Order: sequence, then structure tokens, then C-alpha cells
Amino acid sequence: MNAPEPMVKEAVVKMYARREDIHPREVKGRYATWRWVCVWLTQALFYGLPWLNMHGRQAVLFDLGSRKFHLFGLVLWPQDFIYLAGLLIICAYGLFLVTTVAGRVWCGYACPQTVYTEIFLWIERRIEGNRSARIRLDRQPWTMEKTAKRGAKHLAWGLVALWTGFTFVGYFTPVRQLAHEALGFSLGPWEAFWVLFYGFATYGNAGWMREQVCKYMCPYARFQSAMFDRDTLIVSYDTARGDCIDCSMCVQVCPTGIDIRKGLQYECIGCAACIDACDSVMDKVGKPRGLIRYATENALTGRWSSAQIKRRLLRPRVIGYGLAFFAIAATFSGALALRTPLKLDVIRDRGAMGREVEDGMIENVYRLQIMNTAEREHLYRIEVDGIPSAGIADEDLVELAGASTRAVPVRVRIQPGKAGSGSHPIRFTVSALDDASLRVTEKAVFIVPK
Amino acid sequence: MSDFTSGFWNWYVALITVLSIFGCGLLLWSQSKHKVRIGQDGQPEKTTGHVWDEDLTELNTPMPRWWMGLFYLTIVFGIGYLILYPGLGSYAGRLGWQSSGAYRLEVKQASLDYGPLFDKYLAQDIPAVARDPQAHEIGQRLFLNYCAQCHGSDARGNKGYPNLTDKDWLYGGEPSVIKETIMKGRHGQMPAMGAALGSDKDIENVAHYVRSLSGLTADPVKVAFGKPKFGACAACHGADAHGNPALGAPNLADKVWLYGGSAETVMETIRKGRDNTMPAWGEFLGEGKAHVLAAYVWSLSNEGEAK
Repeated sequence: MNAPEPMVKEAVVKMYARREDIHPREVKGRYATWRWVCVWLTQALFYGLPWLNMHGRQAVLFDLGSRKFHLFGLVLWPQDFIYLAGLLIICAYGLFLVTTVAGRVWCGYACPQTVYTEIFLWIERRIEGNRSARIRLDRQPWTMEKTAKRGAKHLAWGLVALWTGFTFVGYFTPVRQLAHEALGFSLGPWEAFWVLFYGFATYGNAGWMREQVCKYMCPYARFQSAMFDRDTLIVSYDTARGDCIDCSMCVQVCPTGIDIRKGLQYECIGCAACIDACDSVMDKVGKPRGLIRYATENALTGRWSSAQIKRRLLRPRVIGYGLAFFAIAATFSGALALRTPLKLDVIRDRGAMGREVEDGMIENVYRLQIMNTAEREHLYRIEVDGIPSAGIADEDLVELAGASTRAVPVRVRIQPGKAGSGSHPIRFTVSALDDASLRVTEKAVFIVPK
Repeated sequence: MSDFTSGFWNWYVALITVLSIFGCGLLLWSQSKHKVRIGQDGQPEKTTGHVWDEDLTELNTPMPRWWMGLFYLTIVFGIGYLILYPGLGSYAGRLGWQSSGAYRLEVKQASLDYGPLFDKYLAQDIPAVARDPQAHEIGQRLFLNYCAQCHGSDARGNKGYPNLTDKDWLYGGEPSVIKETIMKGRHGQMPAMGAALGSDKDIENVAHYVRSLSGLTADPVKVAFGKPKFGACAACHGADAHGNPALGAPNLADKVWLYGGSAETVMETIRKGRDNTMPAWGEFLGEGKAHVLAAYVWSLSNEGEAK
């Protein structure tokens, strides 16, 4: 209380800042090659798949209008959404497993954000030049040359983006028909909207947002650190070696603009561009490669060999994720392979309990919703059991075209005295006459009035 | 239209809404700046000054500027929304949007989409529509949606709801009459005849006579006493008890009973009368759907001709 408080100087800082533009230097090397392989593979798949035909239709088509999802030989209905959930869980566990072993390799090599940024950066380099040329161009006043270069870049970006948006919509609308409409400028309003929407998203994310998507928006990026441990491979700088010549190449190639020499940071997407850059510099100065390399925390502190790193691969965390991944994948594949392309819903008529008809027979009415999810037509027989003498009072054969559904009113009769008054469990069975494996059973109740 | 009983609540809600938006803006503005200490190097410190658990400090890593812009944009959007759409107290919004209007728009769009299909069927007569397999499927779906609650999924009816698959019709089974029934509905009334017929004994006698007409077991003595009393019923049901489709009076000489044919039930019908309604569907369904439905219902009892 007695001593006077020291003068505390304060300043008001803004809690937001303009984004610093990042112009990553082009990098060549092992890992860059791997990334380009991933770019080619994923994009050949993405842009090519909608054009593949099969069984006289588009092989992969998610037809939202008629609620049928064609996946090669498979036709999935909204009722099969559980398989989508299964697929997502498999993807999640795949990500967990890979992340635990090798860090953010998904982010660095295969994530669409990385892949499209790579493509857009390639275009940028071809038009505006390398890193230093681009930085210079940024600082230049708006000359004719700058306008032309910027215009050409955005045009090229826009074309790739539109093609991407078009391809994406081509998974939901027959792509050939869509191409026809697009060329004739006769796209429907919604098709046009979604093509432009996804085109804009591609252009915005890969052209403008880039690393900000990973830093501020991506949920995966945030929770992947939960899978890391001291044996996870990360892009690391070996401080103990002391070979750094401070050329700052690792900083210049970094797509998120960080300095890997400061250690593991949340911005690092594990793309290994700095490894490639540093290796090439080490080659030039005649030092061994690997000043920056994929290593684990334990390996760095303990000076482990790669054999020692590999030995830690079989640790409980990896085994756990691995077991869960393979168990779910096996269950999923089994369920998908064994699924019956026939579905049945039984709805009992609620208007009446039950009625007495000729000869004192008791009758209940049901509505059977039969869904033939196979691609060809079938003739089905409806049977009922559960109460002695129970039978179908009218036509028990139903024909359904491929991938169609029908509500069939069905009267079930039992002879008098075969069941006391009250509710009795019965079972409906619908089976295809030409295919014994197409058979489903559904429970229902039969009510005998007092 | 306002649901409030006084203007107070309107202003109360509107004021809270406006203050909330204003408060959000104020919060955003106040939190976008922070006071930090100047460090040894003369630069502002990189931490917010918040220290906890002895040595954990909070970095003041700034957010991207565009992100802050997005927050302000949501406020602008909110204000724009409240101007255009209902939301501020009982203010209706400049666009005059209403959920009922959106519903009407969807119905209008649906009738534009499906209108031509039903127009095609409207141009055909009902037996021709009944022969069309697509119309049959549409008709069945319409029936399951709108009719099956009372008449059953199999159209065989329930107590009080006629069976539509037999040849017995209260108002006539011609295609045009079926359509009229669907469009305009029916109100079937039988007055209570207890007082007109006399004592309980008389009612029982008439019931036995009526049962005898369709060959059901009946006491011959009661039948004999009941027969002359039937005159009171003949006005509607006819002297031969074959009914009158113009009035919806059922034929009492067949085996079809809408409410049941036991002596007790027939007596109850005579004593208390019956009052039954089939709602009019014309306005709700429109003539096109009613036409297709009529064809479906007609085909149920005219299978041979329909196929």
C-alpha cells in the first residue's frame, strides 16, 4: 500500500486483423510428387465418375427427385440411409487410425481443400509467375499488365470452378443431360443455382480462402490433435542437429505461412513441403537430408532409428482404432452384401377392429407397403401365418416393376373359434416366386372382436 | 391480424428484439478491441493478460478481419429480415409474407404440375378412366389417402360406412352419381320413427317384418302384426321396401345392412333414427381427382367392365 504502484503502460489492440497474403514458393521433391499423384487420382475419379455408364444408366447417380441412389450395381433408397451413416463412421475411423499413425496426412495430400488449392496455385504460377513475381505483382499499381494477368488468372480459376460445380451437380442430375443443357444455356433454375453455388465455393475456397479454411473453419483440424501422441509421425524440425543455414526456404514454401522450426503448430497441415524444400537445400550444402523430416516426438528426443519408430506402431491406441475400423468395415460390407432388395411395411387399418363375414369368419384389413428395391420386376406372393386357418382373402400375388413401390390392401381371414377375442400376433411374409433369397417377414396383430 | 389483446405486448416484443440486435452490435464492437500491457520491448504484449492455473496465459491471436465482417453482416441481415418479413412485434413486413400465402403458392404450383394429367382424365368418361392402369394406380393412392379411414383400405366399409365393392348403392351406382357423391358429399337421415309407430311392441313387430323381407329368421306372428305398420316406412323405403336412391333410403329387402341386421339393431334404428354424413370432397380435391377417384370406386364393383 505504501510503495507507489509502478506505472503500467497499456495499449489498445484490435482483436481482428487483415489476413496476410501467403504466396507459397513452388516446391519439388518426394512428398510434392506424392501430393500430385493424389491430386490426379482424386480428380480423375471426381471429374470422371459421373460419365461412367452401367446397366444403361449413369453408374453413380444420387437421384434426389425420385429418391433413389444409384451406386454402380446398387440402388439405395432413403430407407437405406443407415448405410450412409455406416460409411461416414468408417471414414471417421479411417481418419482416426491414419492420424494416430502419421498425423494430418489426409489434410496434406488428399483433402479437397488442399487438392484444389494445389490446382489453383499451379494456375496462379503459370499466369503470374513464381513467389517473388507474385509478391512484386501485389505491390505494383494497377497497370495494364497487372490487370491482364489478374483477369486471366480469375478467368482460369472461374472455368475450373464452374467445371467443378458442374461435375458435382452431375452426381445428382444425369450428367449428359446436364452437359446438353449447359451447352445450350437451358439449365433449370435450381441446376444453374447449384452449379454456380458449388463453382463459387470452389473459387472462393481454393482461390481466396485457402489456409484460412484449415485454420478457422475446419472441424477435423481442431480435433485431430486429440489422436496425436508422442509416437505420432509429425513434420518436425530436428533442433539438435544445428545444420540450419537460415535460408528460410521452409517458410517460403509453407502454404499456411508458419515456421516449422518453432515446433508443431496447429496451423501445420502436414503437407511436408518444408521437408522437400529443406532436403534440396541440404543436398546443395552437402549435409545429410532430414533436418526437417517425418518423425515422432519420442524419436526426436530419444534419437530413435526408423526401426525403433516402427516398433511403436503396434501400440494400444493404434490397435484400438485399427480393430474398430476393420470391425465396422467388415460389418458394413457384410450388411451391404446380404441386404435383401425387398422391403415391407404393414399398416393395420385403424378404422375397424375386425369384422365378421360369411360363415362367421373373422376378417382384418391391412395395407402392405411393398418396395421392390431391385432393378428388375418380380412377382411376389403374400403369405400370412400365426393363427391356424389364417389366410389371404383375395389375390395373394403382386407384381412390381423394378425399383417401384406399391400399397396393397390385404384382407386376412381366420375361421371362427380359431382364436379367442383380443389381439393376436401374426406374421406377413412376402417372397419372390423366381428368387428364393427375396423374402421378408413383418410382424402385425390380428384382432378378434368380442 | 394481431393476436395480442392490447398494443402493449406488441411494443414489448418489438423493443426486446431491437434492443437485442443493438446489444449484439455493442458486444461485438466492445470485444473487438482489447487493452494489453506494453511489454519490455515497447510493443504490446502478445497475451491478453489473463493468467490462470499459475502460468497459463491466453494469447490474443487476432481473428481474420472478414470473419468479424461476417458477424456485422448477420446484424445487417437481421435488420433487413425484420423490415421485409414479419418478426418485429406484430409488424407484418414490407413483403406481406404469410405462411398461408406460401401454402397457397405451393398448392397452385402443384395444380400447375399435375393439372394437365387430371385434365386428360377429365376429358374421358369415367368407365374409360377406370380402364386406364395409371389412373387406377392414382385412384388407389387417392383412395388410401382420403377414403380408407372410413371405408377401409379394401373399400369394404365398416359399420355406418358403406361397402363400396358390392353392387348395392344407397344413392345409385352410376359413374356420374358416384362422382356427385364424392364431390358434394351425402347427408343420410332417417327420422326417429318410435313415436310414429307407437309402442315398443309395434316397433318390435315392424323390425321382425323388415327382417323377414330379406329372409332372416322372424316370428311369423310379429311379422303379421308388423306388416300393416310398415306403411309409415314406405314413404321413403317404398311399399316393396326396395328403397329409393333419390333419398338415399336403403333397400331393406337385401342382405346388406349398414348398421347391422340383428333384431336389436333394427329396432334401435327404428326407434332413434339414423343420421350419417359423407363429407363433400369437391372443394378440397378438385374435380380432376374426384373424377379419377370415382373411376376407381366404380371399378371396384364393375371389375369385368373396367378391365
